[in-house]
Amino acid sequence: MIQNLLMGRYVPGNSMLHRSDPRTKILLMTVFMALVFLVQKYLSFLLILLFVLLISSRAGKPLRNSLKGIRPILFIALFTMLVNIFAVKGTPLVEYGILSHVSREGITLAVQIVLRLFLLLTGASLLTATTSPVSLTDGLEALMKPLRRFRVSGHEIAMMMSIALRFIPVLLEEAHIIFKAQISRCAEIASGNPLQKIRNCLPILVPLFASAFRRADDLATAMEARCYRGGKGRSRMRRLALSGADYVCVALMLMLSSAVLYIEYVSM
Amino acid sequence: MLSLKLENISYTYQPGTPFEKTALQNISLTLEPGMFFGLAGCSGSGKTTLIQHLNGLLRPTSGRMTVNGSMLDTKGLKRLRRQVGVVFQNPEHQLFEETVYRDISFGLSGSGLTPVAVDSRVMAALAAVGLDEEILQRSPFELSGGEKRRVAIAGVLVMNPAVLVLDELAAGLDPGGRREILDFVDRLRSERGIAVVLATHDMEDLARYADRVLVLQNGTIALNGATREIFRNVEALESAGLEPPEITRFMMKLKKVMPEIKEGILTVDEAVLELKRLHREGCWLGSYDTKLADGTVRARQFDAA
Repeated sequence: MIQNLLMGRYVPGNSMLHRSDPRTKILLMTVFMALVFLVQKYLSFLLILLFVLLISSRAGKPLRNSLKGIRPILFIALFTMLVNIFAVKGTPLVEYGILSHVSREGITLAVQIVLRLFLLLTGASLLTATTSPVSLTDGLEALMKPLRRFRVSGHEIAMMMSIALRFIPVLLEEAHIIFKAQISRCAEIASGNPLQKIRNCLPILVPLFASAFRRADDLATAMEARCYRGGKGRSRMRRLALSGADYVCVALMLMLSSAVLYIEYVSM
Repeated sequence: MLSLKLENISYTYQPGTPFEKTALQNISLTLEPGMFFGLAGCSGSGKTTLIQHLNGLLRPTSGRMTVNGSMLDTKGLKRLRRQVGVVFQNPEHQLFEETVYRDISFGLSGSGLTPVAVDSRVMAALAAVGLDEEILQRSPFELSGGEKRRVAIAGVLVMNPAVLVLDELAAGLDPGGRREILDFVDRLRSERGIAVVLATHDMEDLARYADRVLVLQNGTIALNGATREIFRNVEALESAGLEPPEITRFMMKLKKVMPEIKEGILTVDEAVLELKRLHREGCWLGSYDTKLADGTVRARQFDAA
């Protein structure tokens, strides 16, 4: 069950993406997302898709494993696709019973939504698979520095994020252990009607919440014991610096964006 | 009654991914009714993974597991879990109900027992772990750590398992409480013939209770045999990251001075008996020469008193 949750997991490696600066990757990711939402034409979709495949093939085998983790999400994609096909009104393809709800516009929209979802997820997992949680939050913190002017503490947000990220595997592991313990006590976790199923999750959820609070308490104590007092005046072990890999990444993304923008707005 | 047999089982976590890890390799063991089976090994040696095979939480990657002589199938799995009670490490973290009573009786819901029968089972389990009746209506979350653990153990005992598996029972229990629970479990074993598996790195507990001990090292069997034999093999134990009980080591050292001491003393009681015997037979420390640190040999002037 949990072993399948590979999506978004950091996979250590030494590819170009691994080596580039988290700030670059986060910014490029934002550009990439904007691009994915901007495009309308299939040709540009194809281009972006090829780009993602190229990048992930360069990032090595472990990454492809992590991309496999997307599979469960494809179910959601399929669902949205079906909803869109039937819900969007427009010129029907055929006038026959339920099929008359299916319109040309609906199908186009459905396909595009699935493509967008897929590209977004692949892009996002490319980011998280090649950036360790620590450097990811470092990057976010650095990018949020300008927000200080509005009294938003980038450090605190980044710290909260890194703690949350750090504890996902811990809580997953804990959920797994509690699940096993309750199964051993003959708990019926996955049976009955939906309402019963929710009730049946209580033996796992209650201990999990209890332990999350306990851990939060312990962590707060441990941090205070080590004199943690927020970001002010805090020095850091790793300094972020741009390198050749960053320039290559930026150049690649520039090429992709200009090609896509050309297809969308200039050609035809 | 239940007899479990594992034949050459191996288990690999997350096979085929970069996180692949072989936790067990070629483990064979047989659990018969009435057996007190010790599972030793330092942390990371695979004890918990092995335990999870005993009630089918994990299925071996390779090898055979038979229950009462037949292969385990999906239908048998449910029955197996009813018959094999597992107390996991830190079981106090699995409590969730509103009252202690409901938490202890959780495993019995759906067993078809009458409320009266459930009541008497809960009372028996509660007595076994040495808790007071007044605790039953309290919330498990307001108990102390030790009480929580006892409640969790009662929640497993209440199912009257034919095989009881205890994973690191000792951690977090005071010595008296631990002894109490282990004594109770041992009594269950001799009276009802249940099999007990105790996984621990506390050698004193194994020496006191286990008939057989299996020592795991990096997922393979380092030693397997009768408890007394195992503790005689000091080098193998030490290379597996363990050492014999303190009293055993003490008697081994003493034996170097007094060769009449018999081998394989496991508990303080045995040691006392042995020393009394030697005293009766007239050998006592005073009659031996001792080599001192500076190399001189001197007769010790000890009084028998």
